[in-house]
Amino acid sequence: MVEVHRLRHGSNAGQPITRRDGLLKVTGMARYAADNHPPGMLHAVIAAARIARGRVAALDVAAARAHPGVVQVMTPGNRPALALHPDDKSVPFSFRMDLLQDDRVRYAGQPIAVVIAETLEAATEGAALLAPRYEAEAVEVTLDAPGAFVPEAVGVGAPPEEHHGDMAAGLAAATRRIEATYETPMQFHNAMEPHGVVAAWDGDALSLDMPTQGFALTQMRLAAMFGIPAEGIHIRSPFLGGGFGSKLLTGPQVLGILAARLVGQPVKLVLTRAQMYGPVTHRAPTRQTLRLGAAADGALTALHHHVRTATSRFDDFIEPAAGASHTLYAAPAIATSYEALRLDTGTPGFMRAPGEASGSLALEVAMDEMAQACGMDPLDFRLRNYAEVEPISGKPFSSKALRDCYAEGAARFGWAGRPLAPRSMRDAEGRLVGWGIGTATFPAMMFQAEARAEIRRDGTGLVETGAHDMGQGAWTAFAQIAAESLGLDIGQVEFRSGRSDLPSAGIAGGSAHTATAGSAIQAAGEQAIARLAELALADPRSPLFGADNIGVVARGGRLVRWDDESRRDSFADILDRAGLESVEGRGNASADAEAASRYAMHSHGAVFAEVTVDPDLGQLRVTRLVGAFAAGRIINPRLVKSQYYGGMIWGVSFALHERAALDHRSGRVMNADLGEYHVPVNADIPSIEAILVEEEDPHVNALGVKGVGEIGITGTAGAVANAIWHATGVRVRRFPVAIEALMG
Amino acid sequence: MNRFDYVRPRTVAEAVAAGAEPGSAFLAAGTNLLDLMKIGVARPARLVDLNHLPGLSSIEALPDGGLRIGAQIRNADLAHHAQVVRRFPAVAEALLSGASAQLRNAATVGGNLLQRTRCSYFQDTASACNKRAPGSGCDARGGDNRLHAVLGWSESCIATNPSDFCVALAAFDAVVEIEGPAGRREIPLRDFHRLPGSTPDRETDLAPGELIVALRLPGEAAGFAPHSRYVKLRERTSYAFAVVSAAAGLRIEDGRIAAARLALGGVAAKPWRATAAEAALVGAAPGADAFRAAAGLALAEAKPSGDNAFKIELARRIAVRALILAAAGTPARLPALPASPFAPIPGGLHG
Amino acid sequence: MSLSVTLTINHVPRTIDLDDPRVTLLDLLRERLNLTGTKKGCDRGQCGACTILLDGRRVNACLALAISHDGAEVLTIEGLAQGDTLHPVQAAFIAHDALQCGFCTPGQIMSAVGLIGEGQAGTDPERVREGMSGNLCRCAAYRGITEAVVEATQAMTTQQEAA
Repeated sequence: MVEVHRLRHGSNAGQPITRRDGLLKVTGMARYAADNHPPGMLHAVIAAARIARGRVAALDVAAARAHPGVVQVMTPGNRPALALHPDDKSVPFSFRMDLLQDDRVRYAGQPIAVVIAETLEAATEGAALLAPRYEAEAVEVTLDAPGAFVPEAVGVGAPPEEHHGDMAAGLAAATRRIEATYETPMQFHNAMEPHGVVAAWDGDALSLDMPTQGFALTQMRLAAMFGIPAEGIHIRSPFLGGGFGSKLLTGPQVLGILAARLVGQPVKLVLTRAQMYGPVTHRAPTRQTLRLGAAADGALTALHHHVRTATSRFDDFIEPAAGASHTLYAAPAIATSYEALRLDTGTPGFMRAPGEASGSLALEVAMDEMAQACGMDPLDFRLRNYAEVEPISGKPFSSKALRDCYAEGAARFGWAGRPLAPRSMRDAEGRLVGWGIGTATFPAMMFQAEARAEIRRDGTGLVETGAHDMGQGAWTAFAQIAAESLGLDIGQVEFRSGRSDLPSAGIAGGSAHTATAGSAIQAAGEQAIARLAELALADPRSPLFGADNIGVVARGGRLVRWDDESRRDSFADILDRAGLESVEGRGNASADAEAASRYAMHSHGAVFAEVTVDPDLGQLRVTRLVGAFAAGRIINPRLVKSQYYGGMIWGVSFALHERAALDHRSGRVMNADLGEYHVPVNADIPSIEAILVEEEDPHVNALGVKGVGEIGITGTAGAVANAIWHATGVRVRRFPVAIEALMG
Repeated sequence: MNRFDYVRPRTVAEAVAAGAEPGSAFLAAGTNLLDLMKIGVARPARLVDLNHLPGLSSIEALPDGGLRIGAQIRNADLAHHAQVVRRFPAVAEALLSGASAQLRNAATVGGNLLQRTRCSYFQDTASACNKRAPGSGCDARGGDNRLHAVLGWSESCIATNPSDFCVALAAFDAVVEIEGPAGRREIPLRDFHRLPGSTPDRETDLAPGELIVALRLPGEAAGFAPHSRYVKLRERTSYAFAVVSAAAGLRIEDGRIAAARLALGGVAAKPWRATAAEAALVGAAPGADAFRAAAGLALAEAKPSGDNAFKIELARRIAVRALILAAAGTPARLPALPASPFAPIPGGLHG
Repeated sequence: MSLSVTLTINHVPRTIDLDDPRVTLLDLLRERLNLTGTKKGCDRGQCGACTILLDGRRVNACLALAISHDGAEVLTIEGLAQGDTLHPVQAAFIAHDALQCGFCTPGQIMSAVGLIGEGQAGTDPERVREGMSGNLCRCAAYRGITEAVVEATQAMTTQQEAA
């Protein structure tokens, strides 16, 4: 095999080009799942349980069917059979589903019937006319419920207890100790696009327009559920209107597919906003207790992070909130532990920065409390406890430019000179002002992906992989990587994506999509170039003939001899002489187990927040946010900044806004809407900046890319909470921060 | 949404006749009604569409210096109307602090007066609610009731009125003009909404078929224009209902308060006019001490209806803030963030 | 009463026989006229994704009954560009990366066009933020949105002055 050199400078990747799908999105031409309307399509609407535990005793199916336009009512009695029980979890990342398997209700918002009608209006009213009668049972929906147990695993298979060092000795050695408990509420993803599906059957072939964060897993589970071949399931998901972890295959989407099966016509089923508060997962509530010990010089001697959280009565997902404590700060003794409850809610799941979002908030506030106890500047305190190696594993980091993040962020924010004491700063009108810091961290993961690249006789490229654009910019970043891997201008590369009949790009999650699918694209492109090089180098008519040991580089649609720019051969000429229409390359990517065993791999960042608080009224505003992040190589700075802004604003939302208000008697979410379940509006974010800190990572993957999608939340929520303390002197430990906590 | 008959009357008389039929509801913009129909709280048999009626969409100057505002005037048009901005700035500020620009472009003056409560138990048809289903009980008691009423509530209902606009209207003695089966009548805005008592389902003084045709702002209230503000506390900077709010107006003569207006929002089933506080302010020098004393009077009768004791103190403080801002003088232009604590504070909070 | 309505949609007058008085402008556009650029995010006036211009004013199409707006002019995202020439707000949204997933984007853009038409915010970022707060963006592209609206406002003012 000839050596094909990699070229980085002057390449497509790394350029801040504008979003390639921008034109479609600003003209309304981007087609989301619910925008499809195949001929003969009917509308399906879910009826959702209004109790959280018990059974459905009666449904007035006759009333629903009597409504003009209603075609069918799907209930446990007539729901088409499935080959696999909805509780089966054999496909990875599966949650148990509620697919009308019986009359049991296991959480409020669970689907209990589906009404199918000629119009959306008829289906909607038909669902209301079902007027269910329930036999309700008493519910438990709060973290005060009895019955805590130690879970078998947290997150995706992580142990529920980890420790290194001697905790008792660490605490005994401390001259200062703090212990504090932090509470975070149940939260909902609330992507702007509700979950939905447009499903059409043709025999056992299934055509789906459906937002999904993972084609292959979705196909696998649907194939198993319906007992049909996966190859016959065609899913189109060119654009997701946000996912945030809630858009792998969901139960309501399967109900839409079942409804289409039942009526033998295409069906569209879209959740109402209220119906997104139950069957499509959520972020679990946590109650986290942090115990920290520190020596007189501010060095941590012990860090214990205990998490109490909850899963559903019928399935398991344990929010891995203590993970941040494994990696962020050095201490001779570190321990993390969990206990969990079973509540009468839907099953929690992955919500943007699962684990780290909740856990780093508690850890960062605890670190601030300890800095305060030590009389140290909170940034100095963090630097004092900087982890040179991953503390709990002892592994070196594959790269870690966190010191640069602290320095660049602090400089930009103007952190120097921050008074130590709270209530020291006011704005011109007398409002309290405070500054806080939080460290951001998120693991750099890899899943599995494949890609295919082709160089065509006209000199253009084609690259395809079934990637998912949830807004992070897959259409653009992957095209950039594709163009770079082929040595072509981005305009010369056709990039196909967003469909299930392309090579699998794995899942869009864990901030790993760019790293994983991008690495597969890079490998595919490199293989195509290598094949082309083989052709050229073996061809006496090529200017590159005989350059075998020297190597070539692909640039501008040509192969160029590495040591002699004047010796070059265009892709088109090479293929033309070879009499080939194209050459193909295939690439795949997955985690490098060897590297992962040797290195700890994480993105890092430092977030600085300024809050302004009305001293009498308690209303507050995050008046300034600066985040500095190091996440390996950056494919598109413009899009990455947008990801950081979005993540940071989620951090603001976590600290200040989001909370599902559960009625503890009924188990219903009483603010299942966007009017009272608050997320930030434009006016909440007057000033936000993100700094891209240089970081080279030779180990993490072939591209050197870490993730950027989730890290912004981490650090930010803590920075805001710490800024609130600095402004007001009030140490808030219950989130979101309530006005009454700050009234003074 | 249930099926309904759609009626498009051509005159107010036709509208009143259609509205008097059992099961009728008037449709103005529908920003509240259609929402309630979608969640099953309202299920009218007949919608009487007011959008094509003549004569309800003008703003007229009155001889006393006041304004007569047609019920179909849109919130945004009223808020930006030059005479409203000049003579009743707190009304404009209250309007602009409510909802979103889109909703303000649609919502009508008449509809705003009839806006239903945001109580989540009222909105949730599976919950007991005496307002929605008389006699069913009140699940807000003992439930998620952090933001519920602290004044004027009863055992049967602890909901609050969500309107910002009505708080300013109550403060400045607006009058509601009504056309009904029995003819025309008018009622002061402050008497228009009812406290719940044992009949929380009866929210206003309107009888079936009665239609709000106009609203009058009296010329006398324009005397407060130089010192009029609305302040609203929210859980995010914009696009949120009030936790508490206050409208205040002062007439200051020779360094003394000659007349005062104060009303509170978010505290009761109606906009809460604080007349005792107003009376106490007359003759006082404008200043924090007088304002604090007045605010204390305004909340003297307050008591928590749940986990909301903090709202009593918060309401006192928002009243004080509104009075401080009013005393400082109405700004030449409404602030970028209307009614927000983050709007400029002339003179600041020092001292 | 007839359920026929006449609407001018994206500059084209149309007479539409409504099958149901319950149909909102949003569901009329999306489910019956194949104008799916306007999005449904909450259907309750709480997110702004369905913002259209109705008689020149930005409103939530989800809370407007089609039957009630007989005779109205409707402008949706599909009718904003002039041929291949983007409206200045559309161009500015791309330039400032004022979008991520894009689902709220048509509503954001129509709201911005409405805001600029109202003339209350000008190029004051704080007034723009407040004026755009009726449009939630869960991806939280707010910084880019504000920058885009300010830039488009400037561009349109310059255009007008030149004209």
